[in-house]
Amino acid sequence: MKANTLKILLHKEISLMKRSPLIPRIIIAMPILVMLIIPLVATFDVKNIDVAVVDNDHSELSRRIAADIDASEYLSITGCYFRYDEALAAVENGTADVILTIPQNYLKDLANGKMPKLDLKANGVNVTKGTLGAQYAAASATGTLRQWQNEQGSATLPATTSVINRYNPTLDFRNYMIPALMVILIIIICGYLPTLNLVNEKEAGTIEAMNVTPVGKFVFVLSKLIPYWIVGLLVVTVGMIIGWAVYGLIPEGNIFLIYLATLLFSLVMSGLGVFVANKSATILQSIFMIFAFIIIFQLMSGLFTPIASMPQWAQYITYAIPPRYFIEIMRAVYLKGSSMADLWQQYAALLGFATLLSIIAAITYKKRA
Amino acid sequence: MNNAIEIRNITKRFGNLAALDNVTFSVPDGSVFGLIGPDGAGKTTLYSILATLLAPDSGRATVAGLDVIKDFKRLRSAIGYMPERFSLYPDLTVSENLHFFASLFGVRVEDNFDLIAPIFGQLAKFPHRMAAALSGGMKQKLALSCALIHRPKVLLLDEPTTGVDAVSRSEFWEMLATLKQKGITILVSTSYMDEAERCDRIALINKGHILDVDAPGKLVDKTGIDIYNASAREMYPLLQAIRNIDGVKDCYTFGATLHLATDKNFNLENAIGRLRQEGLTDARIYPAKGNIEDLFIKLAKE
Repeated sequence: MKANTLKILLHKEISLMKRSPLIPRIIIAMPILVMLIIPLVATFDVKNIDVAVVDNDHSELSRRIAADIDASEYLSITGCYFRYDEALAAVENGTADVILTIPQNYLKDLANGKMPKLDLKANGVNVTKGTLGAQYAAASATGTLRQWQNEQGSATLPATTSVINRYNPTLDFRNYMIPALMVILIIIICGYLPTLNLVNEKEAGTIEAMNVTPVGKFVFVLSKLIPYWIVGLLVVTVGMIIGWAVYGLIPEGNIFLIYLATLLFSLVMSGLGVFVANKSATILQSIFMIFAFIIIFQLMSGLFTPIASMPQWAQYITYAIPPRYFIEIMRAVYLKGSSMADLWQQYAALLGFATLLSIIAAITYKKRA
Repeated sequence: MNNAIEIRNITKRFGNLAALDNVTFSVPDGSVFGLIGPDGAGKTTLYSILATLLAPDSGRATVAGLDVIKDFKRLRSAIGYMPERFSLYPDLTVSENLHFFASLFGVRVEDNFDLIAPIFGQLAKFPHRMAAALSGGMKQKLALSCALIHRPKVLLLDEPTTGVDAVSRSEFWEMLATLKQKGITILVSTSYMDEAERCDRIALINKGHILDVDAPGKLVDKTGIDIYNASAREMYPLLQAIRNIDGVKDCYTFGATLHLATDKNFNLENAIGRLRQEGLTDARIYPAKGNIEDLFIKLAKE
């Protein structure tokens, strides 16, 4: 009887979903729009870093360092200055992001076996552009130096620090962003749709006819959760197809790990959605409530700001934010090719949240006021 | 004779407002019982309690012999509830709605079709039309069919005729009479006093209190007041003049005329004389038959 009732309820939910003028479109259109547009506009990709060069050496080498920087894909020379003050003025009025100072007698000191230092100063107002710009400029200068010494047959390489970004070697923001965008899509779609569905039944009055039937509340709530598993899986599939077709990004790891995490996380979000619906009398109330959750989820889960750079107390809070685990899984599987053995803790956390929220959803659903 | 519905001292408060205050009455098996009262009288609250959608603050109630609190699970299969608002899925078709509710109650439409056939008759012509696209009267017939499809013992109808045209209303009461013949007890609420006379028994409810319970005819006889009709070309001066006449307990508009509730001091000749003196030369007063509405106004004022 129970399994049969669930089947009947699911059949109804899915027919209504298909007939809805909005939902099938949202499932297809939203991933396409979000995944096509956001990576283009919200890019952290640093391409046009303007470098001001203060050349106090005026040697062949110093000119070559500047020329190589200008030739780089990411960097361009905005001007050569005689004094540091002038270069700083260029940063202040926004024409330069990074200042490279080549000290006097650089080439001479280098030839004498000393270790002269290049000086790099970056504008920290735009953090990403500043740090990445300084890194790119340093890499370019080091490259020039190495080549120069090879040509000279000299083996005295100055000690250099090199930073290699593993898994995302060029720190391409898209690679980092695309798994996160799929997480955002699931948060929004699987958070809002079940809430609106259930509150709509309240507003339309259909819930009254349902509540006088002998259908148990657990079966009823389950019939409100399961359809969003399917929706979540569809959304992630569309997202992965766009990631591959448009950005050429293919998950490094097992695709079923992504589906498993999506399944669990869809349940987390739809459980939350049903809970919010149970506590709201009107659609407006429910939209504001779910919106509050979504804002916190987006800001605190490490989607945009890395958790490691949050204050300690905020880092503790993130353990209670379910999307944190989903994002970790998505990025690890997509970019690093992690396996279940690496990620079992995150899966366990998601399973825990999914169970907890489904139970809360069922308990707070009251057939009798 | 058993009672299909027993209500004992039910009280329900919403904040400071007592929606139902110590309500007690019973509905005999196999009867059409009317719950008559104006908007805000507490009718819908009482329905919600009987349909297990709301818990009373105190008191107890049984429907079809089942307690609304303890036996609510079994009770839900024994009642058919039709809320005031259309509560079927607008985006499902006529036939989908019917089959959906039938299967939730674990019955097949074919098995109970005989019960709904007279009601469903017209709807059967367009089974694939969306419920949202039905006319008001058709929606109501579909809702009634869905409430009946599991062959309930008791049918709870909350203001089924509100907003329905006169012809459909009359048709609806005929359908209720057919259902009664099939042994279904019906509790029906309405704010139309004229519909009260179609019921076997009625309860008058106002501001959460039950004013009286009896057969409609007996209730009218019990009024103990004489009712007169009064009319004149200018109604407002007439109303003012009548209210000053000896023996008039109350005077209120009733359709196009005025109704006078009088006691034994009232004298028809004197009253007409008084009105002539006041200059209302075309005034007429003549005996009328009191009905539920007169009784209701009297009881509500007390």
